[in-house]
Amino acid sequence: MLEQIEGSQAVAKTVARCRPEVICAYPISPQTHIVEGLSRIVKAGELAPCEFVNVESEFAAMSVAIGASATGARAYTATASQGLLYMTEALYNASGLGLPIVMTVANRAIGAPINIWNDHSDSMSQRDSGWIQLYVESNQEAVDVHIQAFRLAEELSLPVMVCMDGFVLTHAMERVEIPEQEQVDGFLAPFEPRQVLDPAAPVTIGAMVGPEAYTEVRYLAHYKQMQALDRIPEVAGAFEQAFQRPAGGLLREYRTGDAQTIIVALGSVLGTIEDVVDELREQGVRIGALGIKTFRPWPREEVRRALQHASRVVVLEKALSIGIGGIVAQNVHGALEGLPVTVRTAIAGLGGRPITKRSLRRLFTEAHSDQLHELTFVDLDHSLVDGELARMVASRRSGPHAENMLRELGIVGARPV
Amino acid sequence: MKTTDLTGTRVKFFQTGSFAVGNRLVEPELRSVQSEPERANAITCGHRACQGCGEALGARYALDAAMRAAGGDLIAANATGCLEVFSTPYPETSWQLPWIHSLFGNAPAVSTGIAAALRAKGNTHTRVVGQGGDGGTVDIGFACLSGMFERGDDVLYICYDNEAYMNTGVQRSAATPEAARTSTTQAVGEQPGAPWGQGKNAALIALAHEIPYVATATIADLRDLERKVQTAMEVRGARYIHVLVTCPLGWGAASGDSIRLARLATQTGLFPVWEGERGDIVSVTKIRHPEPVERYLELQTRFRHLFSPVRREDMIARIQARADRNIERFGLLDGAEYQQEELHNEGGS
Repeated sequence: MLEQIEGSQAVAKTVARCRPEVICAYPISPQTHIVEGLSRIVKAGELAPCEFVNVESEFAAMSVAIGASATGARAYTATASQGLLYMTEALYNASGLGLPIVMTVANRAIGAPINIWNDHSDSMSQRDSGWIQLYVESNQEAVDVHIQAFRLAEELSLPVMVCMDGFVLTHAMERVEIPEQEQVDGFLAPFEPRQVLDPAAPVTIGAMVGPEAYTEVRYLAHYKQMQALDRIPEVAGAFEQAFQRPAGGLLREYRTGDAQTIIVALGSVLGTIEDVVDELREQGVRIGALGIKTFRPWPREEVRRALQHASRVVVLEKALSIGIGGIVAQNVHGALEGLPVTVRTAIAGLGGRPITKRSLRRLFTEAHSDQLHELTFVDLDHSLVDGELARMVASRRSGPHAENMLRELGIVGARPV
Repeated sequence: MKTTDLTGTRVKFFQTGSFAVGNRLVEPELRSVQSEPERANAITCGHRACQGCGEALGARYALDAAMRAAGGDLIAANATGCLEVFSTPYPETSWQLPWIHSLFGNAPAVSTGIAAALRAKGNTHTRVVGQGGDGGTVDIGFACLSGMFERGDDVLYICYDNEAYMNTGVQRSAATPEAARTSTTQAVGEQPGAPWGQGKNAALIALAHEIPYVATATIADLRDLERKVQTAMEVRGARYIHVLVTCPLGWGAASGDSIRLARLATQTGLFPVWEGERGDIVSVTKIRHPEPVERYLELQTRFRHLFSPVRREDMIARIQARADRNIERFGLLDGAEYQQEELHNEGGS
């Protein structure tokens, strides 16, 4: 049914239609509306049978999901930011055990400095955790990819993270088609676990494994993710056939055919990027965009194929690997190995800083004329940084960086963007 | 001693007195779970526990009792630690029941997940046990344990407390007794061993959650442990049993002294054995043969610095005072009552 609905509520309704049997949640902005919605649905008896467990931490949330999934229940949770980091140990455990848990990450920055706004620092930090990572562009896609996520997870016995931009998507009201229960039931078969804690057929799960087999167990996880490179487009194709609209998949190309410059990005910022691409196209600039829908597993061959004819690529990242720069860019570099394509990294939108069309137009124009340095911080306030560097030189006890810079900035939010 | 052939295997009958377990001469209804030829052997032979390991013994008795109470319909979640490591050397496993190990600090939450899954599936017959050592329970798993308690999840959690991180090489935990030498509270300096005034009583904290059942037990009285597991399994909701288990390696004790040490821990008053229901202590095991703490301490090299090179009367007296306070507070001697009010008053001050 087509509804004017908040992204979080749309995800909550859709997840409920995927019939999870155990939902465990610990509140963290901007994930809260999703689990609030689900708690209402479960309490009202609209999703039965389902246990909604209010846990004491994200570490416990993922641990409850692990126990539930190992007992053969379809398990779901949602988190963001600090919460994702707090459950890191359990994330690796869930994937190492091969438990098909589905989790929404309402992407948010990581402190310090504490910041509740959107970027991709949280999920990017877990790119090696063994979870499949799917990034969505819109709330419609968030809805559609969650349904695919359960099917993918359970087919492959791997956990899947659906990453949607916090606030930008989770709190945005827009028209979304929420699939009917029968449609979802038709697409998503009941969970049939590969391993289950069953007194009728006892198994030991999570045994100590030494050097003699640890590599093989880890390799198998990698092998299954490589299998996912085939399964993700197949599941997306099956979804399109069943629901009559495209969603998910590995990549989405936008006007890349004859493009000399291609912008690579993930998530909701692709909409803004495509608008700017359109504007520049009108001026005769041969530019396009490549949206990464699946970041783990990394679709190396598909990315190479999509970018190989370009002269240059700009990877626009909402995350920063401190000490090197781009995270996605490193992966893109690898995909383009041996090809004469220049790769530039642009860090933008950290901690919720708006990524404006004006800034992107300037960035893309500079990129197209090969004026970009290898690493660019979009809209970085150099004077603010220089001021703090000067204070550090002037005094040994110069104080906390963030507070010093805020003081210099004056009233937060008063400056024009 | 006499022997007979019952089921094709030779079974020995023996009687060693009132502390004996597995006594096949008593009436069938009084016999221990371990004495049953058809016991579950939930943790079966072949594991890699040390000689004299109190945790292996405690876990075997507790799990077999839980298996009998559940009619074999039981799932166990285990924290990282000795019990997990010695029982599952890949590709072998000692566990004869469905068993999962996830992490060090999340066994109570994994148990919650199992219980939630069973509930969602309408399965009211399969029961859940969580278990871990003192580190996994009292320290790193404590938040998950408290969460499981306050939600009242249908889990029996058993802590096998050997009073330090034995699996990693005997480091101090919040269950390590004062003055005990561990590899992170070494027997050097003015106040050798674990600091005074630190540590926590996990069983009393569990009781404060007002869950249906909390008990302490030791491997010196395995019939009592079996009975407490049976009692715990007869109720639903969050339940907790804290079992003192000897560690010959970590305590620096002879393997043959494991039971003796656990008994001395109770008879000195250092480890009170009690049961509680919904916030109140309802029964206390009285001391039968009172012993000075010295008798307990001198058998363990973790306390050797109290006796050599100079005898530390001051520290021994402090430990004795701790034991005396337990005896008074829990009413551990005949004729004394558990001082419920005192505890409550202390909790409020």
